[in-house]
Amino acid sequence: MNEILEILAENARITPEEIAKLTGQSVSAVKNLIKKYEKEGVIVKYKTVINKDLLEEPHPLVRALIEVSITPQKDLGFDYVAERIYSFPEVKSCYLVSGTYDLLVEVEGENIQTVSNFVASKLSSMSHVRRTTTHFLLKKYKEDGHALKKGKQKQRLNISF
Amino acid sequence: MEISKTVEQLKPSGIRLFFDLVLNMKDVISLGVGEPDFVTPWRIREKAIFSLEQGYTSYTSNKGMIELRRMIAHYLERRYRLHYDCEEEMLITVGVSEGLDIGIRAILNPGEKVLIHEPSYVSYPAVVELAGGKPILLKTDIKNGFKLTPGQIDKACGKGVKALMINYPCNPTGASYTKKELREIARIADKHDLIILSDEVYDELTYDFDHTPLATLPGMKKRVIYFNGFSKTFAMTGFRLGWACGPSKVIGAMTKIHQYTMLCASIMSQMAGIEALRGNFADVMEMKKEYMRRRRFVVSRLNEIGLTCHMPEGAFYVFPSIKKFSNNSLEFATDLLKKKKVALVPGTAFGDSTEGFVRISYASSYENLKEAMLRIESYLKNK
Repeated sequence: MNEILEILAENARITPEEIAKLTGQSVSAVKNLIKKYEKEGVIVKYKTVINKDLLEEPHPLVRALIEVSITPQKDLGFDYVAERIYSFPEVKSCYLVSGTYDLLVEVEGENIQTVSNFVASKLSSMSHVRRTTTHFLLKKYKEDGHALKKGKQKQRLNISF
Repeated sequence: MEISKTVEQLKPSGIRLFFDLVLNMKDVISLGVGEPDFVTPWRIREKAIFSLEQGYTSYTSNKGMIELRRMIAHYLERRYRLHYDCEEEMLITVGVSEGLDIGIRAILNPGEKVLIHEPSYVSYPAVVELAGGKPILLKTDIKNGFKLTPGQIDKACGKGVKALMINYPCNPTGASYTKKELREIARIADKHDLIILSDEVYDELTYDFDHTPLATLPGMKKRVIYFNGFSKTFAMTGFRLGWACGPSKVIGAMTKIHQYTMLCASIMSQMAGIEALRGNFADVMEMKKEYMRRRRFVVSRLNEIGLTCHMPEGAFYVFPSIKKFSNNSLEFATDLLKKKKVALVPGTAFGDSTEGFVRISYASSYENLKEAMLRIESYLKNK
């Protein structure tokens, strides 16, 4: 992966000026490359990783991972059904996977009831969907390479030779 | 109680008071740390824990576990085409610090001289003096990127000069040498029959060219004691684990001292070392990449705010001049600490001739570095 993308993937708020300093490139070169990536859709969007467990919201959203087995469509493969599924806004991510089922779908809803209803009325009833298995997420430990628990303070001395 | 004259005459760390000041102050942004800010990769820590669970709590052979020595020999072979016999030409030490001490003690007779570049890591002159030798300090210049020149070594050689201690990439300057430059140094060493103690603990943190171990140059193996360790490459400073390689005679002599004084390196650390070398070095490469970025950032910012510095070739230090602002690096560092809560190390800690410089360590997060640079900038503006 390009170094600029690596830096942005870690910290979306970093400025082109700072990236230029870190990579030894000119500011305009960095800006142009970022623009190009945005235009090409390589950079999809800039977002923030939030540990929602720390927000004391009265009604936290619930998430579930759903294994979906489907019958592939002639000439269309899995893509046709996948698109029908991921077009629902409730679906946060959708992957085609190898193994005993086909699609791994992450769904978010207000509570267990809403998610269950979505699965029952939308997902499992969809034609070509053969079977679903729903796993509600109980606790999030690590997301996108980041452990969500704050690490202990490091023991390193503040000064040493 | 009466203290030995040698120890009493050892240069007291004049810097101690400053260190105490830093250690007692809260909320300091520190650029004064001589160790990685990464924690040891989990696979290595996990192996150390597992080895304890398995009951690895005993002594090992004085030279260190044979499995570890084999791994190191294999690594040196693969990495540098550097051949050392892990039975006869290698000793596992408690960090490179111990290695340097027993290396010097193994070769030096009282009164013999050792050439050391200045600035240098703090222990170099001390271990020579403790062994009854005399350190000859060779001043390196910012104009040469703080590198020793062959002419300088040539001129300093003479009666009683037995060895040269060299550290590259260098703590505190980050200076390193290309293969071509090392060949020149090797030529002078040959001319004067010098022993070279080559401390290459920062070798994997070399940024602009490939690191060349001195011992790989033709004819050098017989006069080089090669030191390296796990501290910097794998962020394992607290494990205290290093190795020394050299001709079997000198390794035998060093092993003698090691067996009487240290016995062996800790077995948990040695087990962790085996795991460290077993990996594919992806974690090492990740850390290196991060250091490279910070190096560019820090050098560019420092020059921007008026602290002139060269681009260091390795390690994780920059060594800027503060002469535009102060003639006293200890005063400068103390004042900066008190006013802006940024800690760095005065250049004089690494030799008297390095007045007018400070060591800045970029083994600190980007956010910290950014904030520290802002604080230094505002400090200099009001000076």
